[in-house]
Amino acid sequence: MDERDSVGVSIRSISKRYGSTEALKDITLNIEPGEFMSLLGPSGSGKTTLLGALGGFVMPSSGSVWVGDQDMTYMPPHKRNIGIVFQSYALFPHMSVGENVAFPLRARRLPKSTWPERVKQALAMVELDGYQDRGVSQLSGGQRQRVALARAIVFEPRLILMDEPLSALDKQLRETMQIELRRLHRKLGATVVYVTHDQREALTMSDRVAILKDGELVQIGAPETLHNNPKDSFVASFIGDSTLLPVTRIDEHTVQLGTHTLRSAKPIAPHAELLLAIQTEKLLIDDGLHEPGINRLPCRVVEAVYQGDSLRLFLELEDGTSISMRQPSHHTALQKIPPLGERLSVVLHPEDTIIVPRAGCAPPATNVA
Amino acid sequence: MKATAINNNYPHVSHRDASLGYRRREHVLMLLLMSPAVLVVFVLLLIPLGWLIGQSFYADGFSLEHYQRIFTEGIYWNTFWVTFRISFIVTLLALLMGYPIAYAASILPRRWSMLVLALVILPFWTSVLVRAYAWLILLQRSGVVNESLLGVGLIDAPLALVHNELGTIIATVHILLPFMVLPLYATMQKIPSDLIQAGASLGGTPLHVFMRVFFPLSLSGVLAGMTLVFVLCLGFYITPELVGGGRTVMASMLVSRNIQLYSDWGAASAVSVVLLICVLAIFYVVSRLVPLEKILGAK
Ligand SMILES: Nc1ncnc2c1ncn2[C@@H]1O[C@H](COP(=O)(O)OP(=O)(O)O)[C@@H](O)[C@H]1O
Ligand SMILES: [Mg+2]
Repeated sequence: MDERDSVGVSIRSISKRYGSTEALKDITLNIEPGEFMSLLGPSGSGKTTLLGALGGFVMPSSGSVWVGDQDMTYMPPHKRNIGIVFQSYALFPHMSVGENVAFPLRARRLPKSTWPERVKQALAMVELDGYQDRGVSQLSGGQRQRVALARAIVFEPRLILMDEPLSALDKQLRETMQIELRRLHRKLGATVVYVTHDQREALTMSDRVAILKDGELVQIGAPETLHNNPKDSFVASFIGDSTLLPVTRIDEHTVQLGTHTLRSAKPIAPHAELLLAIQTEKLLIDDGLHEPGINRLPCRVVEAVYQGDSLRLFLELEDGTSISMRQPSHHTALQKIPPLGERLSVVLHPEDTIIVPRAGCAPPATNVA
Repeated sequence: MKATAINNNYPHVSHRDASLGYRRREHVLMLLLMSPAVLVVFVLLLIPLGWLIGQSFYADGFSLEHYQRIFTEGIYWNTFWVTFRISFIVTLLALLMGYPIAYAASILPRRWSMLVLALVILPFWTSVLVRAYAWLILLQRSGVVNESLLGVGLIDAPLALVHNELGTIIATVHILLPFMVLPLYATMQKIPSDLIQAGASLGGTPLHVFMRVFFPLSLSGVLAGMTLVFVLCLGFYITPELVGGGRTVMASMLVSRNIQLYSDWGAASAVSVVLLICVLAIFYVVSRLVPLEKILGAK
């Protein structure tokens, strides 16, 4: 399959109501041509509904959907030319693998003589060439997923939508497929909108991630941005593995955590409720070699849990606050860990000292424009 | 003889596997618990059936006379031909009417689909006799249907809608329609809506998706509904007797006439046995295509 022009997608203030539930609340989202964009959010946050509006299965209550320079809001699904991989794969059970993949070609009334070659190419893309005559029920979960993918790309759509395509697979296969999908995305050059509730998956695969919560777009950005500059406590707790602790603002770069004063490299806007988001991997055991300006927190080891690739330490600050940290399980790092109950000090770099406002909590009136 | 053979076999097995002995005791207990039900089925079903089959071979001693008559006499051949023809037409009409109804019920929002199904099933709860008489009244020469058609000017003289094969077919289709709609609905409603959405997203027009995806997946329901309606129609009695006006003779009417007019239980039994064999043959053929539980709705 050749490189093809990809298209941008523009979702313009889309809302969708189902009776009294607002599944989508005024969502505006621009997706660049060729971009891999993930929609990330907990279950019920409106991801499938938003994808449905792109695919044509959900009629928005207001707003519009543009693909390229075309308003698609009211276009029926079969005219949209968008490849969709459904969460359930939605393979046709009464057709063979080959017939499933040929379905879009038949629907488009392409000459029958061209089918075998294109089906072969599409299946080769997902490494299933030769499976044409298999029945769908004879395939494993991972193979079905790949057939669904082949079927969605065989007609060379410029936009591909995927709704939690890997959620039914076991962890190992899921991680392999994540890499496969990325590779395929680069090869096809198509724009991909990918729905997942797995933050790690979203961060692994995407150019940008849009975070949804209760039908609202909370934050959109590259994985590093979301990880290092979460907009509020919802994003901070959803992305990565973090502990949130209430703090009070002292000045633009300083907050008070219990009896400790912490410096943050990023300016802190005044807000009624501020929280410190400590990501487990950002804490280090103080070996006395760190620079003087770093935040130091004296604490006590309450529990250590060995998790194979890492060791998770549960710590208690002097004022009784619990935090946790993750220590990679290599020998030099493990040697530094004191026995249970022992005092130690952990350090948090000001660049990693992330202060976020509590989600759903309005900033002080003076800050409202 | 057989019992001793079994008794010799089982202790031998239970020596090797102690839990098998326990399981056997449990089986025996279950059989004991089920025995009243088994007894009822035996008394009410198997004995009459055996008696029926016995009768069909009896005419002053064992005889094939009744069967000979069925296969040689024109009146019998004719009746079976009419019965199969009517059943076939009724099945087709029920399918043509039932499919859109079941389809509508399967795609409508739940509240509406329940209403559609209720409308289909409601007549089901009134007596077949009442419905047969209702059709007589509706379809007779001066009935609502003829009066309306005359009134509108579509016809000049009343149509013969009843006391003939047409009347039988109309009333029977009405009465058997639920047996078509319910298995169809059960099958359609299990077709995942994802498949339909997938078909559309892959470029299939609604018609294309219906023909290539929905219809093929509904075929097992079609077969189930057709089998049920056909088989029920083969043995239909009250409706053809009343609405057919005695001129359209179906196999079941032959049974009743043999008894009521000629007190010939042997001949009546033989007709029943032939009908029964036809039904079993149909079920056998269909069950090779679709699991039997599906046809009978047990899933
Ligand atoms: N067809 C529908 N009718 C009524 N409510 C719906 C429908 N589809 C989705 N919803 C509601 O909209 C919200 C968002 O659903 P959905 O988009 O499926 O979330 P997600 O895919 O993120 O789990 C949920 O509260 C859900 O109950
Ligand atoms: Mg969903």
